[in-house]
Amino acid sequence: MEKIVIKNLYKVFGSEPQKGVKLLEKVKNKEEIYEETGLTVAVQGASFEVNKGEIFVVMGLSGSGKSTLVRMLNRLIEPTSGEVLVDGVDILKMSKAELVKFRRSTTSMVFQSFALMPHQTVLENAAFGLELDGMDKKVREERAMDALKQVGLEGWEKAYPDELSGGMQQRVGLARGLAVDPEILLMDEAFSALDPLIKTEMQDELLKLQDRHERTIIFISHDLDEALRIGDRIAIMEGGRVIQVGTPEDILQNPADDYVRAFFRGVDPTGVISAGDIVRDTQPTVVWHTKAGSPRATLEMLSMKDREFAYVLDSEHIFLGVVSSDSLREAIDQGNGTSKLEHAFIEQAKSVQETESLQDILHLVSSHAWPIPVVNSDNKYRGVVSKNLFLRTLNRAEKGTFFEETTP
Amino acid sequence: MFSFDERVIPLDVWITTFVDWLVEGYRWFFQMIKWPVDFTLSGVSDGLLATSPVLIIIVFGIIAWRVSGFKLAGFTIASLVLIGLLGFWQETMITLAMVFSSVVFCTVVGVPFGIWAGRSDRVNNILRPVLDAMQTTPAFVYLVPIVMLFSIGNTAGVLATIIFSLPPIVRLTSLGIRQVHPELVEAALAFGATSSQVLLKVQIPLALPTIMAGLNQTIMMSLSMVVIAAMIGAGGLGAPVVLGLNTLDIGLATVGGLAIVLLAIVLDRITQSLATKNRGKKNK
Repeated sequence: MEKIVIKNLYKVFGSEPQKGVKLLEKVKNKEEIYEETGLTVAVQGASFEVNKGEIFVVMGLSGSGKSTLVRMLNRLIEPTSGEVLVDGVDILKMSKAELVKFRRSTTSMVFQSFALMPHQTVLENAAFGLELDGMDKKVREERAMDALKQVGLEGWEKAYPDELSGGMQQRVGLARGLAVDPEILLMDEAFSALDPLIKTEMQDELLKLQDRHERTIIFISHDLDEALRIGDRIAIMEGGRVIQVGTPEDILQNPADDYVRAFFRGVDPTGVISAGDIVRDTQPTVVWHTKAGSPRATLEMLSMKDREFAYVLDSEHIFLGVVSSDSLREAIDQGNGTSKLEHAFIEQAKSVQETESLQDILHLVSSHAWPIPVVNSDNKYRGVVSKNLFLRTLNRAEKGTFFEETTP
Repeated sequence: MFSFDERVIPLDVWITTFVDWLVEGYRWFFQMIKWPVDFTLSGVSDGLLATSPVLIIIVFGIIAWRVSGFKLAGFTIASLVLIGLLGFWQETMITLAMVFSSVVFCTVVGVPFGIWAGRSDRVNNILRPVLDAMQTTPAFVYLVPIVMLFSIGNTAGVLATIIFSLPPIVRLTSLGIRQVHPELVEAALAFGATSSQVLLKVQIPLALPTIMAGLNQTIMMSLSMVVIAAMIGAGGLGAPVVLGLNTLDIGLATVGGLAIVLLAIVLDRITQSLATKNRGKKNK
């Protein structure tokens, strides 16, 4: 269900912004408009929907208009034209009083620069939104304490912001945002000022919080790794325009244009590409009809095909185990003719889910001789990821060509 | 031959006519301005003069001790005792009352104007030349109209002092408001602050140290007007200095000056530690 719907949103800075919108509709580009009129086009006809309870990342380089865009969602910046519907209500038509109420009850915001009040304690900062709303001191401090607990800042409530590290300050910023219990959380480059380790920690924290309460989060970022890590869906902005909206996979697989493609050049592919993306059904499989399959027949089949490993499935294609010619031979020797296929299963050979990323399965691929079997969520066998395939994928992803030739 | 002699604009005549017209027609208006100043000034000076000097010295000592420490308290008490021993206790109390009254009115008028200028570029642009003029116009220029409009005496002296010492508190209040990080204002707005909440919960608390510095400046400037105010009949520590100047009594003028300096240092140190103490609390 859509929580926020943005329709044809424009922001033009300058003295006669409406003129800029008209010119843009006549398909003039923003550089021409700047030269002709001196107007700066910040956001140009943005349209997209944000679903309830998802983390929606707006990605773009600096100057792409993403910070302006997020500020139009609570009218910190007044849009020049367009519509912003939240639960079907156009916030651009709200009166001043309605807007104040909307900001107090429906949205809250986390800032890149933290923007904590230096004259207030951590607790007062966390209670800031509630204080503005005129909530009783005792009640608001209780709720602020609760929010501080959620972000792991118990025991710091009496400190002042300048006594905390950057990461902790942003936790206060996050607590301030959470304390008002908003339906929509706007995060403007919230973690960009933090060093990489703390940044990852905060992203995990955010995902953990999102597990507990599903809020609609609009997250502005210029960091693709971050976007892919936390985003349920991503919008990519360039030069004030939203050029693509989709799940991380969608965007990776079908980049809208060279600009989007260029973004992914620098990405660590192992975090993005999942086992399911590269799985190949190249290995011989044995279907174990009777639950009493024969090791001898399987061994025969392997030697005929000149293969080392076979993947045992049941009639429903559920993955059961992996056997090798060695393990089969051993089972035959020990069993004196009564041995069954299950005695030959290689013990450490476990399957992985198709949704797991290459990063997650790297250690399995590298430490075992057999290609790693991949199953879907119903445990059905989908194929394998071999060392060879893994390395080839890395090589192609590095060159940025992986998604241009997805099908084998 | 061309000469400017016949082409002089009679601006001085116009101004004289204008002031005369003001005095004639709007005396009630200026009396209305004068009344609260007069009331405050006479109230404070009567109160100070009626109080035992020992009590006043002790109160000052305690204030100095509370805002700073024993060192400043000792210095304050010693300075006031010395002023008393120099024979200028009454004059000092009158000066103190004048400084207090002018600072009160400067604050009442200056802080709101400063806030207004701090939040609006247009107001700031209009106010700036006015403040420049108030600060740079030699006091002697407006002494005459002030005497015409308000006659001579302590109250006229305080009014002249207000004109001279108003600019710093307006400027520094405006500066303090402007120095508040825009992100903090934005954050407050994002959480649903109204315009007055932004002012009361963010801008004023964060501008307070700067406003206090402005208050300190205003006090110092009103003290520096003491001598000039004495020229239009204001009493206090300026009187002996002016008298000494007129009679070439160098001893009298110097002793009067010394008392002014001592009082200035005491007031400066006390208000300054008030401002820094405030800042310390904010940042701790």
